[in-house]
Amino acid sequence: MKSVPVTDTPAPAAEPRPATAALALGDDALVLSHRLGEWAGHAPVLEEEVALANIALDLLGQARTLLSLAGDEDELAYLREERAFRNTQLVEQPNGDFAHTIARQLYFSTYQHLLYGQLAAAEGPFAPLAGKAVKEVAYHRDHAEHWTLRLGDGTEESHARMQRGLDALWRYTGELFEPVEELPVDWSALREGWLSAVTAVVERATLTLPSGPQNGAWTAGAGRQGIHTEPFGRMLAEMQHLHRSHPGASW
Amino acid sequence: MVSTPTVLEERLRALAGAVPDPELPVLTLAELGVLRGLHVTGPGRVEVELTPTYTGCPAVEAMSADIERVLHEHGQAEVSVRTVLSPAWSTDDITAEGRRKLEEFGIAPPRPTGPAAGGPIMVGLGIRCPHCGSTETTLLSRFSSTACKALRRCEACREPFDHFKEL
Repeated sequence: MKSVPVTDTPAPAAEPRPATAALALGDDALVLSHRLGEWAGHAPVLEEEVALANIALDLLGQARTLLSLAGDEDELAYLREERAFRNTQLVEQPNGDFAHTIARQLYFSTYQHLLYGQLAAAEGPFAPLAGKAVKEVAYHRDHAEHWTLRLGDGTEESHARMQRGLDALWRYTGELFEPVEELPVDWSALREGWLSAVTAVVERATLTLPSGPQNGAWTAGAGRQGIHTEPFGRMLAEMQHLHRSHPGASW
Repeated sequence: MVSTPTVLEERLRALAGAVPDPELPVLTLAELGVLRGLHVTGPGRVEVELTPTYTGCPAVEAMSADIERVLHEHGQAEVSVRTVLSPAWSTDDITAEGRRKLEEFGIAPPRPTGPAAGGPIMVGLGIRCPHCGSTETTLLSRFSSTACKALRRCEACREPFDHFKEL
């Protein structure tokens, strides 16, 4: 992943690096990017294959910039153990069927769009990246919303699958609003904005907003603290094995 | 450190700006609006500022290499290309000549984004087919061969075409 250094974002040497927040945001982007990349060769139609890969590429670019704020991007991506990752559990969830992936996209891209919007408006080391990425994520959100409408208001089968995806992932959404230290974010406004946006799309799609708790008893903020779900270890093994088998190799 | 560019800086900036975009070689980097600055910092030493179109755009590395090569060929021994993110690049930074070339190349150019950055995305209206000029076009996919383009079809001539999305 080595490339041109991004030089207008890192804090000067006098200030400590905003490592906790950079890892939280960077890991969310990296892990979701990898999950979406798993659709390559498997998406239901060619256009969606390309769309999901393009969204993954945007996220990977964001991850590289964010992880570079915390240290060496390659070391952080390829050489950390599972417990050192700070991504939310939502983004590490396996793809499932296409509707399941779209539900994950709806929940996450709505969150990320609102979060980056706040970060872009605030002063701080994340403002340049957020100001740029918020425009990219607007397209991810648009993509997820349109597919939610199409599947929800589509056939009986697509409706049922979309509802199943929303229901299955709902319990991972509470963690998104656990405050991350160092971030100038109004978390309760973020949560309200997210809930009203997601509710509006779900209702327009003739679907039902899940009613269960947004957190399991043991999942509140768990991913941000390094506690992950079982499928994450397998994903990391696949993501890291080439780099670990051939240290220092490049294309 | 804002200063008037010297004659040498202007000449080198023109050279760097004339480098073709690796993805869309009909456009130069100057027309794409990604060349942010060029400073001569010593004899044979140049610093160039480049901004990516998208955060994950893989073309940035090729752009940097091409700029370095061209400036080396023109006597600059030490060329460093830095990536800057802020202010974020926008499709409004593509020059009028750049838009004209995109259309000629078969890519519908982006429409002006207006002042509401981060606002709602414009869909549907007024994207003209670069082949026949009809505005009866429909969206096939929000993401085309690259993240910066959407795939559309013209309802008049039935040809598919890429549209450079507003960003």
